Amino acid sequence: MDALDVARWQFGVTTVYHFLFVPLTIGLSVLVAILQTMWHRTGNERYLKLTKFYGKLFLINFAMGVVTGIVQEFQFGMNWSDYSRFVGDIFGAPLAIEALVAFFLESTFIGLWIFGWDRLPKRAHLASIWAAAIGTNLSAYFILAANSFMQNPVGYRLNPDTGRAELTDFPAVLTNKVALITFPHTLAGSFLVAGSLVVAVGLWHLIRNRDSADTGAYRFATKFGSWVVLVASAAVLFTGDIQGKIMTDVQPMKMAAAEGLYTTESPASFSVLTVGSLDGSRELFAIKIPYLLSYLGTGDPNGTVHGINDLQAQYASQYGAGSYTPIIPVTYWSFRFMIAFGMAAGAIALLVLWSQRKGRTPSSRWLLRAGLAMPVLPLLANSFGWIFTEMGRQPWIVFGEMLTRNGVSRSVSLTEVLTSFTAFTLIYATLAVIEVKLLLRYARAGVPDVNEQPPIDDTTDDAERPLAFAY
Amino acid sequence: MDLTTIWFLLVAVLFTGYFILEGFDFGVGMLLPVLGRDDRERRVLINTIGPVWDGNEVWLITAGGAMFAAFPEWYATLFSGFYLPLLLILLALIARGVAFEYRHKRPEASWKRRWDAAIVVGSLLPAILWGVVFANILRGVPLDADHEYVGGLLDLLNPYALLGGATTLALFLTHGAVFLALKTSGDIRERAGALAVRLGAGAAVLAVAFLTWTLSIRSSAAAVVLAVGAAAALLGGLAAARVRREGWAFAGTAVAIGLAVATLFAALFPNVLPSTLDAAGTLTATNAASTPYTLKIMTWVAVIFTPIVLAYQGWTYWVFRKRIGVANIPQH
Repeated sequence: MDALDVARWQFGVTTVYHFLFVPLTIGLSVLVAILQTMWHRTGNERYLKLTKFYGKLFLINFAMGVVTGIVQEFQFGMNWSDYSRFVGDIFGAPLAIEALVAFFLESTFIGLWIFGWDRLPKRAHLASIWAAAIGTNLSAYFILAANSFMQNPVGYRLNPDTGRAELTDFPAVLTNKVALITFPHTLAGSFLVAGSLVVAVGLWHLIRNRDSADTGAYRFATKFGSWVVLVASAAVLFTGDIQGKIMTDVQPMKMAAAEGLYTTESPASFSVLTVGSLDGSRELFAIKIPYLLSYLGTGDPNGTVHGINDLQAQYASQYGAGSYTPIIPVTYWSFRFMIAFGMAAGAIALLVLWSQRKGRTPSSRWLLRAGLAMPVLPLLANSFGWIFTEMGRQPWIVFGEMLTRNGVSRSVSLTEVLTSFTAFTLIYATLAVIEVKLLLRYARAGVPDVNEQPPIDDTTDDAERPLAFAY
Repeated sequence: MDLTTIWFLLVAVLFTGYFILEGFDFGVGMLLPVLGRDDRERRVLINTIGPVWDGNEVWLITAGGAMFAAFPEWYATLFSGFYLPLLLILLALIARGVAFEYRHKRPEASWKRRWDAAIVVGSLLPAILWGVVFANILRGVPLDADHEYVGGLLDLLNPYALLGGATTLALFLTHGAVFLALKTSGDIRERAGALAVRLGAGAAVLAVAFLTWTLSIRSSAAAVVLAVGAAAALLGGLAAARVRREGWAFAGTAVAIGLAVATLFAALFPNVLPSTLDAAGTLTATNAASTPYTLKIMTWVAVIFTPIVLAYQGWTYWVFRKRIGVANIPQH
């Protein structure tokens, strides 16, 4: 074990952990904004209750996303300083713009929303949650543009004097075709999580809390969340399909690694499942769908999909001797888990909608169990998606330009990285337990009673009045 | 003025803004057990910064991002070289940020006690460590000809840097107390005002010593003017605090912190991270900078969005301008 391995593990653990919270922030901010808008439009108290209820769950999660995000920004410089030197000219700009354009919007307006119930006019308060939601979703775009440069570097040149990558075309970086398709795919994956949480909590109250006066609210929430999940599932599939074709084009090794496809095939069949070894030597049992991989990768059922062996030989002659093959079992299984867990959430959402057809109230214990599993499924799908896309890029940190092992900080010792990795793992694990317990506690408590307070009136003396919300 | 100078100024402005803004919320966090004698009072203190602390922290994220984009070598060397202090700052900011949000989520006293500790320690550590970090940036650190940090942790814990840590600690405590006197009502306001004066006396001594030592290490005409301005603003703020002119007192400590940070940057320029070994290892605003093309794009983005950010963040402070007292704290 050396500092490089630990730095890689730390990046993996902190990034996957950060992205457990981010999708809920992205998706739930918009869903809460929609619920609050419905309350404004209809005046129906049910939507206000749901806004406050899901808003609370949103905020418990939001705090975790914010604090784990700072680590991500610092980590590039701390553990990956040679990478930062190499790409700073290009990679730093989207990060800085993300902070200036998106994070300020998000964090300032979330503060206004949390504390502003009685301080702002109703419309301004509604606008605050929308501004925060827009900021959150914008931030995803900039960080994905930065990541896409690592997958498919564009808009740059290599300066032979400094050995560094230099920006030559910023619009090209922002409109990288990988970024343009990864952004909607990531957002769809995020709405899958957010919709699933709305369904799980609503369904629990609907089945366990049958005599509640708020059954109508939970019934609505369950349906609303299910539709969000269904639409998001469709969007995930649609964008994922385009992504596959772009990946085959710009990172053919990643596509071959996703499939464990060793020899070039035309037409290539899609492997659903393989039992045996994934090093291409031995296959005990496999389910394959003919033509499908060719179609997914190229759009043509007879198209050629390059295999690992050919690509390895090609890269070795292009970049010099060495292995250019990712760890195949990791890419093969993470790709399948991503698809399976994501689609499972969509399937359960269909069941939930079916259980409520023609005004029925669901009561099945099995449905409840499936519903409670729902939020976990897309979280797993997202994590495996990131593991796939990042591990599938290996051994490169910037595809074709810099190897991961050359990006690590030279001045940082193994002890230092181990200290940091241990510290983050411990604090993250502790906070995860606390966070999940709090979420469950507040989810169980159900929708709050709402008694609307008029906004504070500056002309009367209300100095003694309690705040509508306080920490 | 060339683009590297503009970006040196912008990074300086971002860190200055960060220390002015998060300076008082670090101060509030540290004063939690001092000025908050029971749970209700502690909630008053926390709620003075409740709506704004997160936005204040984005100044740091933006400063870090701007440094990465405009001076990648500076960002890379600084963050990998100052590894353990920055790790501690990150852990502190994590604990503290979560604590604000989670503290009131359960009624048990033991739950609140633990989060209070997280707020205090999470505010105290960065308040000291940022001073240590910036003092070392100004003093210079061992860098080899490749601009790699070759020192150890002990190189960062020299007397000058420790004085820097004590200075930021004292300044942020004072700034926090002054802020609380401005934002609270009743008994807490009185106690915060009295405490600010006492803390401020210590801060003034430390700040004058630290700035004098700073100017003896490296200096420029601008740095001297800024340092004198910082001292004058601090004394003016303290005089205002004595007579309970809280708005003026806060303006005084805010300007003092701003000018003190500006002094460091003015003394540092055109270097961004001097080397105490080989002069070739020194990072300057020129050899650490990105290409003119990147800087030009970033300049446009900054010119368009910075005024917008300042406008809505300023508006937030206006929305939450009312003082808070124990009577304003709801039961739940």
